[in-house]
Amino acid sequence: MKTLIVAEHDNESLKPATLNAVAAAQQLGGDVDILVVGSGCQGAAEAAASVAGVAAVLSADNAVYEHQLAENVSLAIADQAEGYDCVMAAATANGKNFMPRVAALLDVAQISDITGIIDADTFERPIYAGNVMATVKSSDVKKVITVRTTAFDAVATEGGTAVVQQVDGAHDAGVSRFVGEEVAVSDRPELTAASVVVSGGRGMQNGDNFSMLEGIADKLNAAIGASRAAVDAGFVPNDYQVGQTGKIVAPDLYIAVGISGAIQHLAGMKDSKVIVAINKDEDAPIFQVADYGLVADLFSALPELEAAL
Amino acid sequence: MKVLVAVKRVVDYNVKVRAKSDGSDVELNNVKMAINPFCEIAVEEAVRLKEAGTATEVVVASIGDKSCQEQIRTALALGADRGIHVEAEGRPEPLEVAKLLKGVIAAESPDLIILGKQSIDGDNNQTGQMLGALTGMGQGTFASEVSVGDGTVQVIREVDGGLQTVELTLPAIVTTDLRLNEPRYASLPNIMKAKKKPLETFSPSDLGVDVQSHVTLVSVKPPAERSAGIKVESVEQLVDKLKNEAKVI
Repeated sequence: MKTLIVAEHDNESLKPATLNAVAAAQQLGGDVDILVVGSGCQGAAEAAASVAGVAAVLSADNAVYEHQLAENVSLAIADQAEGYDCVMAAATANGKNFMPRVAALLDVAQISDITGIIDADTFERPIYAGNVMATVKSSDVKKVITVRTTAFDAVATEGGTAVVQQVDGAHDAGVSRFVGEEVAVSDRPELTAASVVVSGGRGMQNGDNFSMLEGIADKLNAAIGASRAAVDAGFVPNDYQVGQTGKIVAPDLYIAVGISGAIQHLAGMKDSKVIVAINKDEDAPIFQVADYGLVADLFSALPELEAAL
Repeated sequence: MKVLVAVKRVVDYNVKVRAKSDGSDVELNNVKMAINPFCEIAVEEAVRLKEAGTATEVVVASIGDKSCQEQIRTALALGADRGIHVEAEGRPEPLEVAKLLKGVIAAESPDLIILGKQSIDGDNNQTGQMLGALTGMGQGTFASEVSVGDGTVQVIREVDGGLQTVELTLPAIVTTDLRLNEPRYASLPNIMKAKKKPLETFSPSDLGVDVQSHVTLVSVKPPAERSAGIKVESVEQLVDKLKNEAKVI
């Protein structure tokens, strides 16, 4: 068994999601190599080489991969897939973007968002927004898999002594061009990596009221999230969304404020270690998963909580 | 400009789906079915392009057994011009759906193909990207804004941490995210009109595709339950519990 992990990175550094994917690959067994596709990505490649348990690092470093456009990156990955039994990536926005292209290029199925490994061919994954867990068996010789990061504990960033090997070839499909990006600049930790997350739901009533969560988030060094209902209502941008169609988080502490607890949302946060729910409706389903529930009007509870922290 | 939209018949999003007691599959008997919500957004986007004069024709395709014609009719009632049904039994996998859609594209030569980013049953999030690889087209996945230019389309994409804008050469593929638009409701007159709109049926062999299965469903089970904890009486008690019992702050 030999697995190729496609790194999640920003050229300079390796993103923590890669470490969860490596953990999944190690569970599968055999050699684990990491492929870094980027431009000027020595930083990320060197970081990958020191990840615990990694055998080799392949670096496809070329200007055409600068913004990791799926059309180009998928060709580079498919190129390197030969000799591997499995190609794996974290199920991030990036991984979800290019991995199915890799699978189609290799003419195999993709097993998306796995949360468990039964054996080399059999995997567990959530379906129907997490209402059901499915065990699926792949008959493909070569597997293409994306990994739900919260289901696998990250491996250590240090301890590995892999050598970085440059791979040749620049694939430019010539059908897409990066125009620009608008990355939310925030001093807060990233939602999927934060150890504390404070999320607001429809109960926040409007976007301005999300500022009430900021004071609490500041004190706890927390990321701010939201339910799909709050995103749908236009209170906050979609990159705040926690849930089956948004981000999957599993912090040490998750504070759900004015969130009823639709299964869609629970699917994105129920693996958090401690869940706190603040909601004025005592019958809200969120209380069924909360370790600590506070039945209260959030508009009085939030200032009180901020003051008490 | 011709727009092709792919739609999938799925369990209505209001239905709480459960595993059968023998764990063989999910319970789908007598369950309300509907267009996958992300596919509905795709139909809406295409119809808006037509209303804006950018698109001249909106063709809607669905792959599945005969019952998915219902969802094609729904899309026609929302404003699509004609339907294509590719008959496939069972649950065709994303790769096979992508191959069949490639066949539809070969026959129709659309300039823009819009799909939902994922279906709410399998939650695979694959078909659009696979179709991109098979056709060699560019893709704008998880789109929150689509603007068609001269021979190109600009797509604003929802990515981790913000938004990314890409420009694709037409023909191209777009997959929809939630905030792209808010789909309309079909009016009764439009539902009646939709019944008369053309709908063609093809078999996979008509499109030169041999449908295969790569993945089998072994079993299903309910997710691990998380048990409810306690209710606290006050913010003060909550903070105390978090500090001294859970030790997370």
